[in-house]
Amino acid sequence: MSELFSIALFWSIIRTSTPLILAALGGMFSERAGVINIALEGMMLAGAFTAAAVTYAAGNPFVGLVAGMAAGVLVALIHAVACISYKADQVVTGTAINILMIGMPAFLSGAFFLSSGSTPQIPKGQLIPWTPIVIAFALVPIAWYVLYKTPFGLRLRAVGENPEAADAAGVSVARMKYAGVLLSGALAGIGGAYLSIGQSSLFTRNMTSGRGFIALAALIFGKWRPVQTLLACLLFGFTEAVSIQMQGVMKLPSGEDIPVQFIQMVPYLLTIIVLAGFIGSSRPPQALGIPYQKER
Amino acid sequence: MIFLRQLLFPLIAVIAAFIVGGILILLIGDNPIEAYRLLLGSALSWPDGIGYTLFYATPLIFTGLAVLVAFRCGLLNIGAEGQLYIAAFATAWVGITFANLTAWILLPLCFVAAILGGGVWGAIPGVLKARFGSHEVINTIMLNFIAVALCSYFTQYHYKLPGDPIMQTTPIGPGAHIARLGKFVPGLPERIPVNVAFLLALLCCLLVYLFLWRTKWGYELRATGTNPSAAEYGGISIRKQIIIAMTISGSLAGMVGINEVLGYRYRYYDGFSDNYGFTGIAVALLGRNHPAGVVVAALLFAVLQRGGIHVDGFSENVTKDIVQVLQGTIILFVAAEAFFSGSLGRFGLLKRAKV
Repeated sequence: MSELFSIALFWSIIRTSTPLILAALGGMFSERAGVINIALEGMMLAGAFTAAAVTYAAGNPFVGLVAGMAAGVLVALIHAVACISYKADQVVTGTAINILMIGMPAFLSGAFFLSSGSTPQIPKGQLIPWTPIVIAFALVPIAWYVLYKTPFGLRLRAVGENPEAADAAGVSVARMKYAGVLLSGALAGIGGAYLSIGQSSLFTRNMTSGRGFIALAALIFGKWRPVQTLLACLLFGFTEAVSIQMQGVMKLPSGEDIPVQFIQMVPYLLTIIVLAGFIGSSRPPQALGIPYQKER
Repeated sequence: MIFLRQLLFPLIAVIAAFIVGGILILLIGDNPIEAYRLLLGSALSWPDGIGYTLFYATPLIFTGLAVLVAFRCGLLNIGAEGQLYIAAFATAWVGITFANLTAWILLPLCFVAAILGGGVWGAIPGVLKARFGSHEVINTIMLNFIAVALCSYFTQYHYKLPGDPIMQTTPIGPGAHIARLGKFVPGLPERIPVNVAFLLALLCCLLVYLFLWRTKWGYELRATGTNPSAAEYGGISIRKQIIIAMTISGSLAGMVGINEVLGYRYRYYDGFSDNYGFTGIAVALLGRNHPAGVVVAALLFAVLQRGGIHVDGFSENVTKDIVQVLQGTIILFVAAEAFFSGSLGRFGLLKRAKV
């Protein structure tokens, strides 16, 4: 047991929660503006692939990071145009983007690198293991400040809670929603970039493996608030870190290994429980998921 | 005319997606016409192409119907993926545990396991929504991951042959096998796994149609979907309808287990689903949430899936991933229908169609 709870585990938690924090904070901006974002997974994949491909081509991870962020924004733009301008169903659009982004990176890497869905290995000196971590943790207070202490944040929240009132007060509902969704793409893009050029050294097919959904779960578990969302991400990062570390280490009193699958389930079970209202009430933004039709 | 307009949008969406895909193929320096010829040609060849296309269409019809039933009640079931995993495992469990029973008893038991397994897993988010008001979309996403983890746990720790490097259970009893269509169709070899479950899928389309549009229960379910407050005012219990719709939806998704376990692999194979649950959303949407449309859309996606494998092997730069790109783009265009009605309206096409 003692070898499990150690400095190594601490850093492991920091690493596993970093992409979750980035994507979850991104999702927060989108959902606080009233746009459901189950496309975080797809945005992360776009960021991860683009960051790895550009870093490999340019030889500079910072260029790669910015490119990954831009790719996230581009994917978010699809979501925004479909949901906000053309009033498409937000969940359906999100699903479409997720399917599209499983295929697109693999399709492009097959064409550019003649591989089956992965980018070439990036040399160790061209990775950025620290920058995204710093960005992620620094973003929590910044997101809190922006959301609660700036006119932008007030308008964003107003649009998500009561778009009619915000509109009547002169706020452009569509513009705020666009801002929220594009911000989510930028942050999820950085989160994805961290996976490919921070934690690892190449892009592999479907490398996010559900982290976009865990980030969404953390956002709901954190009740759509920055600090609680950070804590949820750390908790879910902890479960991932433990499930990596404990294989063969932690045993039941009967001497059997604790099945890793049970630990993997924890974030999802907790989210269902908190959403059902068993651990305090978790209330989504009032107008979440409802397209806004301006009265004429 | 209304019928034609119902056809028009899905058709435009598919064509638009193929154009987008074509541009992508051009950009990476390949010939789109050639790639599409490979894609469609291989899927429509006899017997392998058509046989496999029907085999791939089977789970998509089930999941498409599952999404459709929930949709008609105003719910979005994106949990078909989890429901079909639980159902497939339950089917295999019955097939393994009671392997010695004769086919007349074992087969019905396996069918019940598939339907019940999917139904129960679908009912959970239904009950959670009816009882606590929690959103079915989030809960079904979470339940998908839980289902995958559960099935993987039981396979790895309890039902795998010791030492088997593949994550799969021991085989089911021979009494639980269902016949492949090759047994009845001359010229169709039995190695092609399309089986009786395909006919069952078509039967389910008919049953879902009759249920939704020809029975009182179906009427109540659709009334809840179109206008919940009016339905409630008319004496329909919305909570009950939500649970019923999610249970039926889950059962339909669960029948994928019949195709997979009883007709194809004769065991549970971990991670077998090629995003069937999510593609089901595309199938239902493209099929305009109508059982007949679901069959057509499922066949189209099955053609893509089958053809994708061929493109992968014979084209230089284009990989099978183009299929997912096409699928995603089709859903995007179908979802943002206003995009077409807006642009068509601008050219005066739609006004004419209205007359």
